Amino acid sequence: MTEVPEHLLRRAKEARERLEGAAATPEGEATPAAAPPAAEAPDAVPAAAPGGDDGEKIPAHLLDRSRSAAEQAAMAPAAPGGPVAPAQPSLPTGPGGHTQRLLTVVKSGSIQDVKAMPQDRVHVWPHLLLGEFVAALFITAFLLIFSVFVNAPLLELANVNETPNPSKAPWYFLGLQELLTMFHPMVAGVTIPGIALFLLILAPYIDRNKANAPENRKFAVSLMTVHLMFWAILVMIGSFFRGPGFNFIFPWQDGLFFDF
Amino acid sequence: MGTQFGDKASDLMGQVQGSQAWISIFRPGSIFRKGYTDSPRNRSYVIMNSVLYHLHPVKVKRHGVRVSYTLCLGGLSFFLFILLTVTGIFLMFFYRPTAAQAWDDIYILQTEVAFGLLVRNIHRWGAHLMVLTVFLHMARVFYHGAYKPPREFNWVIGVILLTLTLLLSFTGYLLPWDQLALWAVTVGTNMMGFTPVFGDQVRFVLLSGVEIGTDTLLRWYVLHVLMLPFVLIIFLAVHFWRVRKDGGISGPL
Repeated sequence: MTEVPEHLLRRAKEARERLEGAAATPEGEATPAAAPPAAEAPDAVPAAAPGGDDGEKIPAHLLDRSRSAAEQAAMAPAAPGGPVAPAQPSLPTGPGGHTQRLLTVVKSGSIQDVKAMPQDRVHVWPHLLLGEFVAALFITAFLLIFSVFVNAPLLELANVNETPNPSKAPWYFLGLQELLTMFHPMVAGVTIPGIALFLLILAPYIDRNKANAPENRKFAVSLMTVHLMFWAILVMIGSFFRGPGFNFIFPWQDGLFFDF
Repeated sequence: MGTQFGDKASDLMGQVQGSQAWISIFRPGSIFRKGYTDSPRNRSYVIMNSVLYHLHPVKVKRHGVRVSYTLCLGGLSFFLFILLTVTGIFLMFFYRPTAAQAWDDIYILQTEVAFGLLVRNIHRWGAHLMVLTVFLHMARVFYHGAYKPPREFNWVIGVILLTLTLLLSFTGYLLPWDQLALWAVTVGTNMMGFTPVFGDQVRFVLLSGVEIGTDTLLRWYVLHVLMLPFVLIIFLAVHFWRVRKDGGISGPL
């Protein structure tokens, strides 16, 4: 909610007190005459308004003005010529000389409902572009330096008749190859990754929780973490802990059997 | 002496930047134009008048600019894709996808072509890095709950992009035609051969025959350099477009 500054609150309070003091006398005379026609009057101010309960929400001077307007409407003869009689000289103005009258008071928030709160935004240039530029430079420098010192593997020419031991898939498929040691190939190679991919695609349709803060979606976060860790551990075992015959080894004892 | 040279240089720069050609190339607000001043209007122009930058909106939510929010993972994945395209085009000049020539071409590329080894290294390590950044980008998006409505379809496209990235990497794996490539792909395609009902057909289509040979190499080469990048770019375009249509970056948390 927006906060009303203190000096405005103070000023409004002073104005209200001044008006209440001024309206005390005329109110006593006006009320009995105005009460009966108020029901038919076109204004939407409730007839019970003078009671003072609503005095806080609807300012007293507005109530007063509408009441006098209702009074005038009742006193004016029902002219058959039309609803408005502009030429009628006998129609007086309101207590303060006003010619307008209050139809209704619309409280803030009753009609307009602002859903999109204004957001703190910054210019993409330079705030975002600079960051992206630095990130791109950084990754280029990293790749360049890494590539100068570490060569991509090029083993001997492919030979269909000579199976290396062990034969390993690319590292991102080594989790699947690891599953092959535990399950039937159809389960390990197709069913499990297929279901995992399918569930991943359906994640937004399965997870109907609207929250996006981690503390409000602990189940989803823990499930995903377990899932990611499951694959990460399988990939690491497949990469570093599998030697000849795809048997379990310790890389610090038997060496690395892994090519990028 | 030094100041004289400096004056001449700045004079020349002023003449170039004031010339008709220069003004027609760099649109108003460009930082390359004469007299770029830092104003909100010019900041907007920098984005709006650049074919590359206008992938971005003019303004973004403040929290989205923080490096710790996105870790730049999506942007880096895209940047790596561009880097891989550029280095890949270079490699294509020296490579023929046949069993008789592929390995020799790579060997000659590494030993005799200027920067051949370096570019191949960048391509290889960049590809592995891209698999990693795409994967981490997915994890980041999940942990921020950014896959939730209205962004659920963009998540689906993202998973497709992850799959395409893996396929691109896997098809590229075969191309050097060395022992590592041949047997890694043998293991991989054997796994796919266990697809229920039509496993043998899947394997036949993938290998362009019953076992890996020169036909497989051609097929995977075309997949790697043309078809998969083509499909990936289409999904990428939709992915970027949906980011903005779905209300920009998610959050704040």
